[in-house]
Amino acid sequence: MAKGVLVDITKCIGCRSCQIACKAWHNHEAGYEGLNGTYTMPNQLSADTYTRISFVEGERNNQPTWSFVKNQCLHCQEPACASACPVGALQKTKEGPVIYDQWKCIGCRYCMIACPFHIPKYEWDTLNPWVQKCNFCADRVDAGMEPACIKACPMNVMYFDDYEKVVQEAKNRIANHPGKYINHIYGLNEAGGTSWIYISDRPFQELGFDTQVVKASYPSFTWASLSKIPWKAVGFAAALSAIAVFRNRGSRKEDV
Amino acid sequence: MTSQSRYHSTRFFTPSTWVLLLLLIIGAGAALYRLGAGLGPATNLSDGNPWGLWITFDVLTGVALAAGGFTITCAVYILNWKKYKPITRAATLTAFLGYLLVMIGLFLDIGKPWSFWHAWVFWQPHSVMFEIVVCLTLYFLVLLLEFLPWLLTKFSSLSKLQRILESKAVIFPLVIAGIMLSYGHQSSLGGLFLITPDRLHPLWSTPMLHNLFFLSAICAGLAMVSIETMLSSNAFGKEPESDILEGLGRGTAIALLVYTAARMIDLGVRGNIPYIFEGSGASQLFLFEFGICAVLPMIFLAAKTIRTSLPSLLFFQGLVLIGVVFYRFNVVLSSQQQMGGTYFPSLVEIAVTVGLVAGGVFLYRLAVTYLPIFAPAEHSK
Repeated sequence: MAKGVLVDITKCIGCRSCQIACKAWHNHEAGYEGLNGTYTMPNQLSADTYTRISFVEGERNNQPTWSFVKNQCLHCQEPACASACPVGALQKTKEGPVIYDQWKCIGCRYCMIACPFHIPKYEWDTLNPWVQKCNFCADRVDAGMEPACIKACPMNVMYFDDYEKVVQEAKNRIANHPGKYINHIYGLNEAGGTSWIYISDRPFQELGFDTQVVKASYPSFTWASLSKIPWKAVGFAAALSAIAVFRNRGSRKEDV
Repeated sequence: MTSQSRYHSTRFFTPSTWVLLLLLIIGAGAALYRLGAGLGPATNLSDGNPWGLWITFDVLTGVALAAGGFTITCAVYILNWKKYKPITRAATLTAFLGYLLVMIGLFLDIGKPWSFWHAWVFWQPHSVMFEIVVCLTLYFLVLLLEFLPWLLTKFSSLSKLQRILESKAVIFPLVIAGIMLSYGHQSSLGGLFLITPDRLHPLWSTPMLHNLFFLSAICAGLAMVSIETMLSSNAFGKEPESDILEGLGRGTAIALLVYTAARMIDLGVRGNIPYIFEGSGASQLFLFEFGICAVLPMIFLAAKTIRTSLPSLLFFQGLVLIGVVFYRFNVVLSSQQQMGGTYFPSLVEIAVTVGLVAGGVFLYRLAVTYLPIFAPAEHSK
């Protein structure tokens, strides 16, 4: 059964337990980064930071307000990265996670270009570099556990269950709390749907979400061109052969 | 070894040859540094800018500039335009060397160069990159088979193999396969960016990007062959083949007409023409890339007086080349917008790219000196 996660941005208090739990489960180094002018730390996702909370200031009823937004791979239903990968190193499993096989990867980094959410990161400073991104704790999910970040969260910000139940829960919360949530489930249609979806009390645009993301499956954009190439090639070959025979008739005895 | 071991009496080692060799050695040193130190220390690439000079110039632009190979073989063998026969070998040689350099550039750019063969083993037909790698390597094989007979002239014991490779039964299938494979990967290099529709600027973002890349590659290929014909006539003290150059200029003008018309129609249909005049950096880049380097040469190359004057021909064909280089750069750079990176190539990246170009020119010089590339009819008998 495909799993999904609902992130309820209104519930997050910005404690960053999820960041720590993620680092701990994946044995990632805790990096050092000086003050960067915001409370968001680290400033970017990176090869050893699969998730982080971004701190977004705002204003409501003339009062300053905070939103805390968990960023990580959204695990698209039809991932652009997986369709981009020339060797199938990135794959969507039927359980939901988009996982990576570092042995297959050749390091072309097309996944980084293709991802509409700018999620895959690269190990630039090693001689055997891997692509890195949140893997939905596929190992834990396979073993019937919830992802490490969700396990660590004290505020139940994330609801982890079968994907259909997760979507229903998002709809219920919006319906049952009129005025609290904006009527937009981010990830329900974005990029053709993602396994991780978000609900929020503020417009997603204000929270750093890319709302320009096309609401269609990204692999279909390239497939539209790619799927026609074999037919075009056969057509070309036939046409060229015909032209060659026609244009070269009567010149058989000449040297090529 | 036949009595004809050299095909040009000009000295091989001139000062410019030594400069090429020096640049080649510096580039090789930089390439070794990249292999020993890794992408991070050697390049200025980052998570915010994962593709840089090597992908954009060495691979994307290199492939476009080598498009003369399939264009000229199509004209000579398929359309039977015999006028261009004298430059077929030079065009094929350029394509062969071009793809050799593209393969080296790609090898250095991928993070795990030792696993480059994975794409041939782990098929992923939904990936544009997979299609490119397969077509690229197969086309390189085609070019190798087209190039091999000239190399075999050096080994008289293998003259039978040479004759087989030069027979019609081999050449025609090779040429047709070459055109198909070229269409496949030339267009797919644009197809790579069909997956970033929301990140490309509207002046470059279109579902027709793969077709525009193919059409612009034909322009680049013809311009490249023209320039190379002019420069090598100059370097080897031959008379410039003005009839061929005039015809190539006409071909470039027609190819440019098809390309610019296709692009204008695409922009018009999608309602993106106002972006051309919005005055932003993107619109200025577009005006330079498309207006000055595609529309302008199209208009001028349509005039016979321009096509028959060597300096103006060199100028306008040069503009076409610059335009295609800019087209590739504009697409790659704008595909990485909003990823949060700033990028300028490192010295190592520049040294490798310069070294590859120098190596290409050096090998070209080596080949035309010792192999029957120019005017083969005079030497083969």
